[in-house]
Parts: sequence; C-alpha cells; structure tokens
Amino acid sequence: MDDLIADFIAETREMLAALAGEIVAWEAAPSDRSRLDAIFRFVHTVKGNSGFFDLPRIRALSHAAEDALGAVRAGSREADARLVTAVLAVIDRLGELVAALESDGTQPVDDDEELIAALQGRADGDDHSPAAAPPLRGPVRSIRLPVELLDRMMSGVSDLVLVRNELARRLRETGASPELEGCFERVSASIADLREAVTRTRMQRIEVLFAGLPRMVRDLSAETGKPVALELEGGDVELDREMIEMIRDPLTHIVRNAVGHGIEAPERRSSAGKPEAGTLAVSARQAGNQIVIEISDDGRGIDGDALARKAVAAGLLTAARAAALTDAQKIALVFEPGLSTSASVTELSGRGVGMDVVRENIERVGGVVDIDSRAGQGVRLMLRVPLTLTIIPALTLEACGQTFAVPRSAIEEIVRVRSGAIRIESLAGSRVATLRGRRFPVVSLARLMGRVSEAGLEDTLIVLKPARGGLYALAVAEVRDHEELVVKPASPAVMAAGLYAGTTLADDGRPVLVLDPPGIAARAGLSRDPAELDERTPPPAPADRAMPLCLLFRSLDGARRLVEVGAVERIEEVRAEAIGATAGRLHVALGDSLLPLVGCGSEDAGRDMRVLRLGDGVHEIAYAVGEVAEVIRPASPVLPAASPGEILGVTLHEGEQVELLDLHWLFANFAAPAADRAARVPLCVLPEEDAFMRTILRPLIESAGYRIGGAAEAAGADLVIVNADSAEVPPGKSVLRLRESAAPGDVGGDSIHRYDRAALLEALAAARKTA
Amino acid sequence: MSALFLIVRLAGERVAIRAAQVESVVEIGEVIPVPGAAAHVAGLAALRSRVVTVIDCAVSLRAGAPAPVRAAAVVTLDGHAYALLVDGVEDVVEASGEPRPLPGAVGGEWGRIARAAVEVQGDLLLLVDVAPLVAGVEPGSRAA
Repeated sequence: MDDLIADFIAETREMLAALAGEIVAWEAAPSDRSRLDAIFRFVHTVKGNSGFFDLPRIRALSHAAEDALGAVRAGSREADARLVTAVLAVIDRLGELVAALESDGTQPVDDDEELIAALQGRADGDDHSPAAAPPLRGPVRSIRLPVELLDRMMSGVSDLVLVRNELARRLRETGASPELEGCFERVSASIADLREAVTRTRMQRIEVLFAGLPRMVRDLSAETGKPVALELEGGDVELDREMIEMIRDPLTHIVRNAVGHGIEAPERRSSAGKPEAGTLAVSARQAGNQIVIEISDDGRGIDGDALARKAVAAGLLTAARAAALTDAQKIALVFEPGLSTSASVTELSGRGVGMDVVRENIERVGGVVDIDSRAGQGVRLMLRVPLTLTIIPALTLEACGQTFAVPRSAIEEIVRVRSGAIRIESLAGSRVATLRGRRFPVVSLARLMGRVSEAGLEDTLIVLKPARGGLYALAVAEVRDHEELVVKPASPAVMAAGLYAGTTLADDGRPVLVLDPPGIAARAGLSRDPAELDERTPPPAPADRAMPLCLLFRSLDGARRLVEVGAVERIEEVRAEAIGATAGRLHVALGDSLLPLVGCGSEDAGRDMRVLRLGDGVHEIAYAVGEVAEVIRPASPVLPAASPGEILGVTLHEGEQVELLDLHWLFANFAAPAADRAARVPLCVLPEEDAFMRTILRPLIESAGYRIGGAAEAAGADLVIVNADSAEVPPGKSVLRLRESAAPGDVGGDSIHRYDRAALLEALAAARKTA
Repeated sequence: MSALFLIVRLAGERVAIRAAQVESVVEIGEVIPVPGAAAHVAGLAALRSRVVTVIDCAVSLRAGAPAPVRAAAVVTLDGHAYALLVDGVEDVVEASGEPRPLPGAVGGEWGRIARAAVEVQGDLLLLVDVAPLVAGVEPGSRAA
C-alpha cells in the first residue's frame, strides 16, 4: 500500500510540475480549449487515483474542480476570471496536500469548503483571493527509480571507464592521429561527466537520517521524564546513501545515550542553574570531502576520573598509567569496550554501551569520532565520515609481484629507503624507522603476506596513519600512481584475511585489493605506541600495555637483561680502538660522539663489542651487550632490586629470571653531569677545517660539557676556539686561542698550548661558568 | 514440477548445484591471489566490471590438487559474487524428482557440503550446498 501511495504522490507531483505552464497559459486565455483539457485531465486523474486511498480532501477538491471544468467543457458554464482563480486555488491546495502527504504521510485537517464553494460559483469570491493560498512549490522534476537500477548504472559507468582506459592504452601503443586523439578526449570528458552525475544520483540528503530523530527524542524524553529540545541543522547535506545507512545506528546510539545518560533530570538541572529542558543539537555540514556530524547536549558531561577508575578496576589500565592520562584521554576511554560511567542500567540505552561499537562502525567506513566533554556542561561528539564509500582517492603500489591500493587518506608520507632521509634499524628482527626525529615500526608487506623472500625487494616506505593507532611505515617494492578508485566491499572470504578494506578494478581491468591500514597494523601486532599518541587519538588502555616493550639481551657477563625498547636508539658494533678508559671511566667513540660506556668493566675494554645506544632525548650512553635476543613484553610483575643501581628489578620471562635495567639510574649516574650544571648545553665553535681541533680536541671539549657547533653559529657561541696565528677576531662570549708551540711565541700572548691539558680544561671550565 | 540443476564435476564426483543459485558458468582467466586469505580462496577475478572471489572447490573439499581446468560456476551469496572453480561443467538438467535427504551417511567433507541427493536422468547425484563451499574448510569460522 505504501508503494501505491508513493506512486500516487510521485505521479501527482509530476503532473503538477508539467501543468505549471498550462495553468499560466490558461489564466491568460481562459477560452483556450487545449489548456482547459489538460487541466481537466489532471483533476480527473487525481480524482480517480485518490479514490483508491483514504484521501477525502484530495478527492473532494479534485471532484469539485472536475465538475466545474466539465461544465465549462460542456459549454454550460463560462470560464470567467472567478472560475479560473478558483481552479488555480484548488490546484495549489492539491499541491500542498500532496506535499504534506509526502513529507509525513498524513493529511492535515482543514476546511476546503470555501474553495469548493468558489468553484461552484456560490461564494462571494473577492474575499478569497488566490494570493491567500501559498504558492505552488517550484516545479521539482523528479522521477522514482529503484536503487538497483542506480547500482546498475554505476556499474555500467565503471565499465565505460575501464574500456576508456583500455582504449587509451591501445591508442598510446599504436599512435593515433590527432583527430582520433581529439575524439577520444571528448569521449573521455563525457564519461567523466557521466560518472560524476551517476555518482550524484546515489547521494541522499541526510534529512532521511534526521527525520526519525524528533520522534525518537520525544519518546525517550517521555520515558525518562526529562524534557529535551532537539535542534536539527544541515539536513540538506548530501552523502552517499550507503554511507547514510552506515551511520544510522551510531547516530541512534549517540542520541539515546545523550538523552538517557547525558541530560539530567529536571530537578537536578534547575538546582545546577540550568534550564529544566535539556537541549540536544544535531547538525551536519560538509567540510572538503568529508561530512561532519556533530551531536552535542548540555547535560552533565562525562566523568573522566570515574571512567579512569573503572578502567583500572576492569584491568584495562594500571593505576599509574591512569594517573598520567590527560583529561581528554580519560574521556576518550568511553570508547573502550566494556566501560560506562552510568551507575544504573536502564531499559533505554543499556549501560551507556555502544560507544565502542559507535567508534568501530564509524572507523569501518573510514571515519573518525572525536569526543569533547565538559563536566556539568555537556558532551560534544563529532563524527567525520567520507562523502562516499565508493570512490576514494588512493595510491597504487607494487608488492609481492602484484598491485595493491591504499587509501590516500591514511598516507602521511612516502619515503625511499635509500634517500637518506630515513634511518632504519633492526632490533632483533623488528625494524624501526626514524624520520626527522619520529620513530615508528616498519611493517614489511611481503613478510606479512608470507612472501618472506620478496621482503628484500622492498625499498619504499609508505608512512601510514591509521584511523586508530600510531604511525607505522609499510615497506613495499614500489609506488605506482595516484588514482581515484571505485572501491567495492570484498567478500567475507577475502575480508577474513584481515588485511583488506575492499576490492577495486585497475585501469587494465584486473582486480586490485585495497589494503586496510588499521587491519595491517593489527595483523603485524603493532600496539598503539604512547609516544605517538596525540591528543585526539584514544589513550592506550588494554592490559597488555601495562609493561612497555623491552629488548631482551645477554650482558657481557652472561646475565639475561631487559631494557625498554623506547630508550634504545640503535645497536652498534664497536671496535676495541673506539673504547677507552678515559677521564676516570670507560668511554666509547661512536661516529663523532663520545658516550659513556656502561655494562662492562675495564677488563673488557680491549676487545670489539656490541653496544646498545641508549638515549633519554638529550643524552646518550652506550651499554655493552653480549648478544641481543628479541623484543618482548614482560608479562610478570617486576620485583624491585635490593639496592638502587644498574638493575631496577627482576621479572620472569619464559620461566627464566631476567633483570630490568634501571634507565633512570643509568642516566642519572652516567649522563647527568652536564644536566646537573645547566639545562642548557653550552656551545663551543671550532674552526671548520682544522683537523686537530675537529678530531683530537673535540672529545675533550665535549667531555667538558659543550656541544660543538660550526662557524655559522659563532655569534651565539659561549666559547669560540681559534688558532693563535689566526688574524680573525671572532664574535662570541669567550675566545680561546690555541698555539702549536709549547712556548708562547710572538703571536698571541694570551694563547694556550694545545697539548697543555690542565690549562685547556681550566679555560673550558672558566668559559662554562660565564656561559 | 521439478527444478533445474547444474551438473558439475567436482573432486572426481558428478554433483548437482541448484541452477537457480548459479548466475552463469564462465571460464576464469587471470586470478589475482589474495595473500593472507584461507587456502580455498584462489583469488580474485574480474567478470566484466565485477570483482568475484574465486573459490577452489577442490581445496574447499580438501580433495587435493587445485582444479586444472578453469571452469567456474558463478554464484551470489549474501550479496557477494563467487566463482566456484570446478573440474568440469556438464549441463543444466531437470531433475526427475524433488531433492531428498541423503539415503545414507556421506563421508567426511562431502557430508559437510551436501545434505541431500537428487535424481537426474536416472543417476542419483549429491546436491551441493553453496555456502559451505564458499566458507571453506571450517564453515562459519574463518569466512563467516
């Protein structure tokens, strides 16, 4: 029946639209028979059709108009201005009724008697001018189509695009004449237009989502006894109808939660100085190729601390970690499965459930959920979803000898491994990349797909930022091209692999798998690295993050030890010559820096060894190791060591006792001197080309707590060292002149002999005091 | 009134598939592998503008080597198109009666994918269920 009514509405609207011109013409020439016939046919059809339904007003109006026009056609009545006016008013009224029927399926109750009387010539007409009736809606030309037909059109257009691409390739291969090229260009342009138009046919106004909300809020409000005013905005924003279906449930959840848990009971509201009726605002707007849907209430807000307590109670977080969370991170815990702040379970919305499901659903369609809450003032949720599920900008790439695509929205950067901009280190088989100071794991696509032998061919890194989780780099053989892809959902058999978001067809007509960045991260076992967390991403919560990832190694004396991976900058092989018992302790020269060497005695100094280069962000120390085993996450608690020292405590790994290095103690004792004196490291500038200065003197200066800069930095330097015979007068706070000869000659009476260690150290120390 | 059945050869057996479930019978050209997917997922193939998931029924049945001939019956399940690779396609025929429950126990993997038999031109053939074939070795777990 609903279908029949919908057909009736559609047909009537079409006729009204087509009639608009006739009416105007008839008004100008009431005696024009063909116009009259057209209008008569309209009211006749409407009368006939409306008889099938329970639409008394439409039936009565069209019946009266038919009678009046019939009389005119039969010649028994004149088409005078009054009749024309009356007929037009009836047609307008019919338009309104049909519009009302279409929007809410009902017929407003009103009296049409006056209009009918006017038609019958009974009324004293003048007081009812047609201007009183609202104008007919603009001629909306629309037709009704089954959705399957649109899908077929879409797939037809996709076919066209593929054929065009194929044709383009053939033309390139065979070399076409300019005329043919021009012709082909025109075909291409037409196809592009067509594709855009067809894509638009799949768009729907978000109104269809919003339409159900007033009723829902009214019912919820009645159930809970909380008056709620709903404000809707942006219903005319359009998005793909599939996308609309995907966000229907999340939106419903959020609205239920807002009324059920967010907005307080009227008494509580008034005692908090708020209006008794809560406000729930839902709005939609387009931002670039995204749609932003915002849902905000003026309720009590989310109690972040309560959430954090629950997370700790549920074992999702350690108490220490919970204490370290920012307010925003605590509130974002609401997205973790199984957490709720509501003390009571209600019929309405369970226990604030579903926020984890909300996030999952939104992320599944490539969207993002943000939450913002202020205690006592309310909660604001922002859903950002792509305009369409079907056409996404993507990057195609080559791996394992086949082509894959990855959504461009997830790509941060593309780096060639050999470009030098990126450093890749191997930590017991897991590779870590460092790019401009950011460190993130490297995932080999070939390895993940079980084609280990092809992992060696990967020399391009795609830095990905999945919707959830931290940055990582995907290693692939080659990056191909940027393309707009029509992505289709993949079958469950393919989705089960956990690596793919869908499938598409390449220009050559071959199927291409679209990679799923969060799925790959999960498959590769990447956890959300707290260091990469920004304000917006949800906090790391699950229990397996209670202990950080640690590198398991064997120390030189054979003990099995652990060190947090985060502190390990790299593993280096050092030659015996680089190690020296200098300045009262062991040091190792690595590249052009001198690091304190820990983890071995001076008896080990004479041999080649492997060291872990540990960093705290400012200082580095080297820790000697025998062999590096693997990266693990300790599962057992750490028992503290008996006394403070190199070892923080002991834990169990696979039944064996392993010691955990105390990084704080190590840095405090081996790297701290500079940090003790001043937070700022003083700068010393050396002549650029002087080999002595650069190689022999430099370590001494660095060990005295300076950092070494180039000549360009001389103006800001705390100490500038120059050769005594140099004529230049350098800028800088202090200047130290060094001479080659032991005895002061005719140059530079204030200079120091460059091998006079005591004098040098004294000068360095003196300059530091003034720094 | 009897339904139509497509007779295919599958792991050495002649079996029937309800013709109503089969969209078309095609020769499968290039198959793009899906790394990481279950073994019975041979890969993806393009069928006109559609991407179909190619299921190697022999692997689904754990019947050894993948089908050498690339004949496939295209079926649609839950809105997704699958090409079922079979050893050979014979014909579409009318059954001589309604499908009946299997007269006796059918062994192993076959028991999982066939729950009835149908008489066609005097022969009694297994009537194969499409869903467990597509689901692969562990129905309902991996591919559900």
